[in-house]
Amino acid sequence: MTILAPGSEEEAASLVTDSAAARQPLLVAGNGTKAALGRPVEAATILSAAALSGVTLYEPAEMVIGARAGTPLAMVEAELAARGQMLPFEPMDYRPLLGSSGEPTIGAVTACNLSGPRRIMAGAARDSLIGVRFVNGRGEVVKSGGRVMKNVTGLDLVKLMAGSFGTLGFLTEVIFKVLPRPETEATLVILGLSDRDAIGAMSAALGSPFEVSGAAHLPDGDGGPRTLIRIENFASSVDYRIGELQRIGGRAETQVLDQESSAATWAAIRDAAMLVEPRERAVWRISVAPSRAADLVSGLRRRLECRVTYDLGGGLVWLALPVGDDAGAEAIRPAVRAARGHALLVRAPDALRAAIDVFDPPAAALQAVQAKIKAAHDPAGILSPGRMYAGM
Amino acid sequence: MTAIAFPAPDAKVLARRDAIVAGLRAILPAEAVIDSEDERRAFETDALTAYRRMPLAVVLPSSTAEVAAVLAYLSREGVRIVPRGAGTSLAGGAIPQEDAVVVGLSKMNRILDVNLPDRTMRVEAGVTNLAITAAVSHEGFFYAPDPSSQLACTIAGNIAMNSGGAHCLKYGVTTNNILGVTLVLLDGTVVEVGGDALDAPGYDLLGLVCGSEGQLGIVTEATVRILKQAEGARPVLFGFATSEEAGAAVAAIIGAGIVPVAMEFMDKPAIEICEAFAKAGYPLDVEALLIIEVEGSDAEMDAALARIVEIARRHGVKTVKESKSAMETAAIWKGRKSAFGATGRIADYICMDGTIPTGQLPFVLRRIDEIVKGHGLRVANVFHAGDGNLHPLILYNCNDPLEAERAEQAGNDILKLCVEVGGCLTGEHGVGIEKRDLMRHQFNEADLAQQMRVRAVFDPAWLLNPAKVFPLDGRIAA
Repeated sequence: MTILAPGSEEEAASLVTDSAAARQPLLVAGNGTKAALGRPVEAATILSAAALSGVTLYEPAEMVIGARAGTPLAMVEAELAARGQMLPFEPMDYRPLLGSSGEPTIGAVTACNLSGPRRIMAGAARDSLIGVRFVNGRGEVVKSGGRVMKNVTGLDLVKLMAGSFGTLGFLTEVIFKVLPRPETEATLVILGLSDRDAIGAMSAALGSPFEVSGAAHLPDGDGGPRTLIRIENFASSVDYRIGELQRIGGRAETQVLDQESSAATWAAIRDAAMLVEPRERAVWRISVAPSRAADLVSGLRRRLECRVTYDLGGGLVWLALPVGDDAGAEAIRPAVRAARGHALLVRAPDALRAAIDVFDPPAAALQAVQAKIKAAHDPAGILSPGRMYAGM
Repeated sequence: MTAIAFPAPDAKVLARRDAIVAGLRAILPAEAVIDSEDERRAFETDALTAYRRMPLAVVLPSSTAEVAAVLAYLSREGVRIVPRGAGTSLAGGAIPQEDAVVVGLSKMNRILDVNLPDRTMRVEAGVTNLAITAAVSHEGFFYAPDPSSQLACTIAGNIAMNSGGAHCLKYGVTTNNILGVTLVLLDGTVVEVGGDALDAPGYDLLGLVCGSEGQLGIVTEATVRILKQAEGARPVLFGFATSEEAGAAVAAIIGAGIVPVAMEFMDKPAIEICEAFAKAGYPLDVEALLIIEVEGSDAEMDAALARIVEIARRHGVKTVKESKSAMETAAIWKGRKSAFGATGRIADYICMDGTIPTGQLPFVLRRIDEIVKGHGLRVANVFHAGDGNLHPLILYNCNDPLEAERAEQAGNDILKLCVEVGGCLTGEHGVGIEKRDLMRHQFNEADLAQQMRVRAVFDPAWLLNPAKVFPLDGRIAA
């Protein structure tokens, strides 16, 4: 495996131009900590953003930060923390789940459109991403968006780049809007709820005026089911709002986690830490309307032996189960489709991820549009071919 | 005003007008096809009233199936299409051309589903922005993006322009508040983009459709996110002797970790115009006014306001006036949201929509004043201070062609200035025809080519809203 790590945007453009001419596929990457996400790419060469590092713009009073794509996420977060700010979307760290090491980059956070529990309030990476620069598959440098948070000038290619897993372009620089870091946080824990009641409680909390920034349900823990509701704000507001929210658990027993244990708990939920072991199990990430999540899970539990975590008020279901022949795809795909949700196979052996759909295949008309969008960016099909869909 | 060019109409299409109208009548109920000159006139412009073109015909379909049939027919016939919501575009996004059929969504205005547990609603795309909130306000919920035209503008138009509003500093713009749409492609194929879950598989086509100005297809239904209203909301007026002080106060508030739900700026001319109209109690002895709104319980609002007032005092605030009642609150927002309408009562105006890095505010305000005075005109400034989205209103007399041309020139100079300081041509109104010919100031050829290649995926023959967004020369078809 050859690794190309251009030190400048121009160098990256010239490398892509050469590869396009030679029809030589490139695996677009940062530091490779999420290499096991998506389908395996058949490429002898890695095009890495690792050498494109550094914060290029940070204006705390304008709530905007820009960085070269290979900048370690940790460096971006540290710069923000030093000025009391943060990335709003709380990007998850895939290293525990995927068993990888190294420093995740801000470019890969963008390319994978990562998010975390705060997504229910603040959106995913795509909601905070306001500008990108990238090299398309023709070797042209393209910019979209910019450094201001309201911008409708031209087609929003920024959104296409978020979550395209390197298949549309090699990101060289990304710009995000940011938020002040809340003064403190606390978490209300409701004990012993069924999945259905937990989703009802989370919906009630999210339908309250208290700006809940985390709502998760852990049904399979050792001490019985726990439903968690997070508030982040100024200290006096956190106290007041947690107090108001205690009513929604009805007669169920409740606890309150202080700042430190709340933060640790949500970091674990963010990274799906409860499903890391046993390592040989397959892991799915299912997006579904919360009101259909509990029925979906109980149906699947009848057919499969699985461990479950609900995040995003029930809108995100993490599922871990024995790999078997197909990681349960034959049962999971139709059930999720019937619930009008989407399932992403996050962890499974390479051979399996090459053999079955990792991303849900969209309807034929949409898939045709996606293939043309891929070709509009990368006519030679050299950028991480097959990473999202076979043959694309 | 004739500065913005329209493409020459296709004579062959004009010659086939009767046949095309007959073809439309064959697939739509009689009342859904408008072809008399009198009735078509209502559709010849939008809120960019200086420009108008009589469309070939107008259709007002009532369902996704009818929209699909219309697009299939018109694309087969090679006839251009101009989608239209309520026609409130300030950028000319819905202005027709002589050889195009306007597809208006005003009849598709039903609320299809309200799902309070999941905090979503399914609506037809011709429903107005305010009607979405009105359908759930008795339950204490609302749809967050709130463009000033929300009483009239449709969600279809909001999606086309990725509309914002005064409160998007906290709640984001349209693209952050939509989960899915039904999109009719040019050939009449109906696709579901996104859905009612947070993630959709594959590329973010929903994000691409938001802000695409009717060039990729016609949105007929949408699933929107709704939010619970805060326990309370209170706007406070802060008057400053200079706009520099007001700008510095905004930066300091954000620096202190406070993101108010809205921070609106008005300069002296805007204050006078809006106060005369709304009697909102705006101070008239200041050069710059900030309307800062906080939300929460009474105690929370008191605490947040105490912090903000303290910061404002450090930046020399002259007047601080809190809303004491729901009536005062309504008057304060009425004044701000009628800024455009109130200005229209005293003069003709064109409204700019550039966005700048907020740190450039004092410099840009000074330059706007110089630019407009240099053209012998007057300007009133209202803008969203938290996100740097400016709305300079350039006042002129539309019956004086020379003055009209100077107003347009001043507007162009202001938008170029916005790009030069690191901002963009349009924050929430869209490019339309108005800013089309300025696109090369913000983007180079490679940037525009990539956008046009994506556009060509949906419309290789440039039939959908074809005179908008991209300069008329150098277009890429596939």
